[in-house]
Amino acid sequence: MDVFEFLCRMGDNTLVLGSRISEWCGHGPALEEEIALANTALDLIGQTQMWLGLAAEVECRGRTADDLAMLRDVWDFRNLLLVEQPKGDFGQTMMRQYLFDQFHLPYLEALVTSSDSRIAGVAAKAAKEAAYHLERSRMTVIALGDGTKESNNRMQAALDLLWPYAGEMFASDDVDRSLAKAGIAPDPKDLRAQYLEAVGWTMEEATLTIPEGQFCHAGGRTGARHSEHLGHLLSTMQWLQRAYPGATW
Amino acid sequence: MYAQMVESGTSDDSAEAEAFQRRIDAGEKIEPKDWMPEGYRKTLIRQIGQHAHSEIVGQLPEGNWITRAPTLERKAILLAKVQDEAGHGLYLYCAAETLGVSRDELTEMLLDGRMKYSSIFNYPTLTWADMGAVGWLVDGAAIMNQVPLQRTSYGPYSRAMIRICKEESFHQRQGFDIMMKMANGTEAQKKMAQDALDRFWYPSLMMFGPSDKDSVHSAQSMAWKIKMNTNDELRQKFVDQTVPQAEYLGLAVPDPDLRWNETKGGYDFSEPDWSEFFEVIKGNGPCNRERLAARNKAWDEGKWVRDAMLAHARKKRAAKMVAE
Amino acid sequence: MNDTRKEWPLWEVFIRGQHGMSHRHVGSLHAPDAEMAIRNARDVYTRRKEGISIWVVEAGKITASAPSQKGPLYDPAESKVYRHPTFFDIPDDVGAM
Repeated sequence: MDVFEFLCRMGDNTLVLGSRISEWCGHGPALEEEIALANTALDLIGQTQMWLGLAAEVECRGRTADDLAMLRDVWDFRNLLLVEQPKGDFGQTMMRQYLFDQFHLPYLEALVTSSDSRIAGVAAKAAKEAAYHLERSRMTVIALGDGTKESNNRMQAALDLLWPYAGEMFASDDVDRSLAKAGIAPDPKDLRAQYLEAVGWTMEEATLTIPEGQFCHAGGRTGARHSEHLGHLLSTMQWLQRAYPGATW
Repeated sequence: MYAQMVESGTSDDSAEAEAFQRRIDAGEKIEPKDWMPEGYRKTLIRQIGQHAHSEIVGQLPEGNWITRAPTLERKAILLAKVQDEAGHGLYLYCAAETLGVSRDELTEMLLDGRMKYSSIFNYPTLTWADMGAVGWLVDGAAIMNQVPLQRTSYGPYSRAMIRICKEESFHQRQGFDIMMKMANGTEAQKKMAQDALDRFWYPSLMMFGPSDKDSVHSAQSMAWKIKMNTNDELRQKFVDQTVPQAEYLGLAVPDPDLRWNETKGGYDFSEPDWSEFFEVIKGNGPCNRERLAARNKAWDEGKWVRDAMLAHARKKRAAKMVAE
Repeated sequence: MNDTRKEWPLWEVFIRGQHGMSHRHVGSLHAPDAEMAIRNARDVYTRRKEGISIWVVEAGKITASAPSQKGPLYDPAESKVYRHPTFFDIPDDVGAM
């Protein structure tokens, strides 16, 4: 079930990140920023419906995208640790967003040529949206990094906190290798150099320093060991479905 | 309504004021650069500002359920709706800004309590059925007022209302759609739906403001066409429209005295408890403190972001000027 | 510009919705600079519909002779079908909503 595993990784990333950024609805620093963030969240939830819908289809066990979103527990989730990190301040949210978008777009662009036409189709739609997400998050990280002394400190703290979660995006495993071999999905490790270069340029413009060291946290995309944050996110998100089993909404 | 108990300024009997009133009577739109009585300008700032604040604070009771929406589609719909409310607040602040007040000034008046927002948003949303009730009843009541306001005399306000009404037409329907699912669902869901109607019925009736006989400010605002109907007219219309919908859902409107009155061609119904309304307006509603605290927190914690983005823009411009 | 001012400047937004049409005023918003104003306009006034052209101009820089006419409307993005009232199937016997 490598394809199922892959689709859960895609859909769980967008589901968890989309849920996380929707936490800003009604609480943003300016109306314009809040509306923009809600657009990103809407795109990501829309992508989740497509990825998890496809996952349910290839699984052939009669589950739906909603079943996968609402009725799996922590160990079945396959999202990156990065996206489940708490929202923090607005700077931390935008840094998390940028570090993800900078990976997400090239990965989706590579998926457009997937040998699986269903995957290619979803990727084509998602890539258009991700291109705008990246444009916006990149610009915001630069503005906040460069802006004031306080904002620079906050953005540096956000980068220091989140950078050790970036490496997991490129930690390939057997699933990635088998999909790459079949031409279904790129091997993420091949996108690493390009990522480091792009992030380097952005951080230079943002007058921020990428932390030294190669260490990275892992365990999200394999499901081996999520952070404690995911369970709380799920207990909120899944509560109604768990409390009233079988009801339709 | 979203703007309740807006104190109306007074006109004067100058020749300009008379010419101004003739323009309004002739159905002309007043635009920002046109002459207008100071009372008209001030009343509009209060009314549009209060309306804008209501949209912004109104995000909170529904925003409360975005992370708990039961399906992916419901989550997207609710998020889109709450986002629309931010957009509507934005349009309205911009309309108010054409009258010579800035958004920051208006925001500060909301945050320190000098300006009000609709009483309805001081009620809690306790179950998912409340998302249905808010869309069906609260948006339904708001639409009653907003549709006629598209014809209001002040151009920027009228244009904002046209855009808002167009975007908002899905809001009430999505609320009713939730209610239908609940009312036709499990026993627990039905109970939840009835409970939501029980809690939101009277607060929704309060949205239209106190009875016209107690509302001293209506006449001037109506002459200026910044208030289009009386509070009682709109409330009656709302009840007449909503009761059959409740019957369709199989839910009971929590009013033992509700009766169809053949002679007037409308329902007789009980007034809400106006002492509760005045307490809510004074700050003693169930959620007043939480709502204002949430908006103050967002504003205070957003300051460094707003400052930094402006500082960055200025640095960029300065660098560009040097380069040129 | 006065650098002690803390509020983002106000921008007027003009959008061309279809090919062959001229740009029309749709509303205003706040943004720190023109570049951000364009992006904010996209997020606020088009809800991300593709294939459109946006102009922004700082409100203070407009010279006006007379009040403008009735503003245009703009459809929300096509992929967000639930933003349209017809997405929700309300039975006929409920009546108008």
